[in-house]
Amino acid sequence: MLRFLIKGVFRDRSRSLFSLIVITLIVALTVFIRGFMAGIFDDVFRQSAVIFAGHVKVTTQAYTKEADLLPNDLAILGADSLVAALAQQYPEMFWSSRIMFAGLLDVPDEYGETKEQGPMLGFGVDLFSPESRMLEIWELERKIVRGRLPEEPGEVLLGETFATRLGVEPGEVATFIGASMYGGFVTYNFDVAGTISLGVTGIDKNILIADLQGVRQALDMQDAAGEIVGYSHDMFYDDPASVALAADFNVNVDDPDNEFSLFMQPLRDHTQMGAMVDIAGYMMGIVILVFVAVTVLVLWNLGLMNGLRRYGEFGMRLAMGETKGHVYRTTMGEAVVMGIVGSFIGTVVAVPLIWYLQEVGLDYTGLFEDMTFVVSNIIRARLTPDCYYLGFIPGVVATVAGTMLAGRGIYKREMSQLFKELELEA
Amino acid sequence: MDDNHIVEIRDLVKNYPVGGGHFTALRDVTTDLVVGEFTGLVGPSGSGKTTLLNIIGGLDAPTEGSVTVLDMPLGGKNHKELAHLRREGIGFIFQTFNLLPVYTVFENVEFPLLLIGMAADERKELVDQALEWVGLTDKVKSRPAQLSGGECQRVAIARAIVKKPKLIIADEPTANLDAKNSHNIMQILVHLNQELSTSFIFATHDEKVMGYLTRIIHLIDGRIDEDEHISEPEYRKGK
Ligand SMILES: Nc1ncnc2c1ncn2[C@@H]1O[C@H](COP(=O)(O)OP(=O)(O)OP(=O)(O)O)[C@@H](O)[C@H]1O
Ligand SMILES: [Mg+2]
Repeated sequence: MLRFLIKGVFRDRSRSLFSLIVITLIVALTVFIRGFMAGIFDDVFRQSAVIFAGHVKVTTQAYTKEADLLPNDLAILGADSLVAALAQQYPEMFWSSRIMFAGLLDVPDEYGETKEQGPMLGFGVDLFSPESRMLEIWELERKIVRGRLPEEPGEVLLGETFATRLGVEPGEVATFIGASMYGGFVTYNFDVAGTISLGVTGIDKNILIADLQGVRQALDMQDAAGEIVGYSHDMFYDDPASVALAADFNVNVDDPDNEFSLFMQPLRDHTQMGAMVDIAGYMMGIVILVFVAVTVLVLWNLGLMNGLRRYGEFGMRLAMGETKGHVYRTTMGEAVVMGIVGSFIGTVVAVPLIWYLQEVGLDYTGLFEDMTFVVSNIIRARLTPDCYYLGFIPGVVATVAGTMLAGRGIYKREMSQLFKELELEA
Repeated sequence: MDDNHIVEIRDLVKNYPVGGGHFTALRDVTTDLVVGEFTGLVGPSGSGKTTLLNIIGGLDAPTEGSVTVLDMPLGGKNHKELAHLRREGIGFIFQTFNLLPVYTVFENVEFPLLLIGMAADERKELVDQALEWVGLTDKVKSRPAQLSGGECQRVAIARAIVKKPKLIIADEPTANLDAKNSHNIMQILVHLNQELSTSFIFATHDEKVMGYLTRIIHLIDGRIDEDEHISEPEYRKGK
């Protein structure tokens, strides 16, 4: 019976086509927005994760409290064995030591006198270990503007705007002036290998990226690390998983009396990231809700129109002994099938678009310069797994709800009027 | 109920609420339809023909009196039970055919069989047979839009007859047809009436139809004015 009716639905173009187009559009839009937003938020998360927070980050309790000051005197000692232990205990992430440090960068002239000087933010990350994925996740190769990648621990990359301001070229020397791990005054000459543009507003002005070993040497931090960061292997931030992992870790190491006891923080707890994570979730919910509401209204109307068009059909079927309930339910069945087909088409339309925006991206340099959080200049969508089924929620739910509302007319039908109605048909 | 009776109507009154009071569309109607009869309800416009057919078909409820159709007293029956009665026992033919435009002739005729949940091969057999009765075996795959009015009404007849109901109710089945098609339709119906001993009840104004009836109930102002039994209808005299 339902098969018979569905056949009718698809033969009756004027009845099905418009509904199908509406469902398809709404579904495609929902899925697309999902992919787009996932991409934007993922980008925000990824940039913050790579540069600042990791998906999770281990520091000492004391370091966490004063993290803004980058207190390397409170660094983790025995960092390398801790990284190995973490990799064993939590193989779902990869782990790496790093050192964030601040100071002045001084560029000397040919006589060794200061030519230019400026505050810098340094990152000592593991560039050279064979198992390290830091080069890859920082995407340093792609982001080189001038010069080349460092090849030895003493070589560094500078932000392109930073280098320009200081007037330093690749191949020249820049001197770090700051404090060692033990508080002593340190000057250390780095060779500038190249310049980079991370595409991250604000940070290219003062960034220095060096190899972990080089920084350890400069700051006298052998086998120490300010932070140990962990990332999921696919680099996708899974908030609940990261929160759970951090909690699990903290249970075992927490010792309130020892300020050097370790503490793990998920990305969510890094500055405004928690709010971001939540907003990402809420926004998706709201988008779906709005779309469901709009679709219900549109399809309700379409259903009413179709109901008028099919008045004769319903009347004939009632006269032939179909119950009102059966007419109503089969109409609903048609709607479900229509909703599924529309959702399928909509998803098929949206997924390649998202994929394209994931692979190629959309450059919007300059549009968001004033934004306070870290964003890259290229929007990339992200084809999250839920893109494949999320569209079915508005697609099917709304179609059914719209048809349900429209179909109430079937129950209001006066049977005694059937003959008269059916005569008016002609 | 008399075994021989397909419909029994006793003291039927039908009032329609109009304004503050009511309008009496049928009054004191008492009659029986006998199995195999080819009955016409005849009378001026507004005399209550359609109202009576509606009540017999379970589409409308009497105000007073009792109606029994196919051994089922309709009083107090709910919507579902009445639908069941129509589905199993009654075929309808409408003035305006009411075919489903998106379906083929075959599918239109098949529809009532789907409603009673019949298996596919059995459906095919019955549909083919019904289309043969109405002489449309060559139009099986056509859509209603491709058919003439007469052909459409023949499809509608096939649809009404395909489940071999005991009773067929037809409201002005020839009103939209020309003389030639009207006669053609009536001949088909008479033939089915004799072959399957299906009982028919028509509402009609049409003189051409009257020539085929074995019984004519004249309604005037919702009352049976005359009940004529015709042992030899006009069409047989011609032969
Ligand atoms: N729902 C209703 N409400 C009020 N009055 C009604 C209703 N249905 C029918 N009537 C009245 O009942 C009377 C009988 O109507 P009915 O449709 O049975 O006539 P009919 O004999 O079929 O006429 P026609 O030959 O024009 O089809 C008419 O006067 C009509 O106005
Ligand atoms: Mg009438």
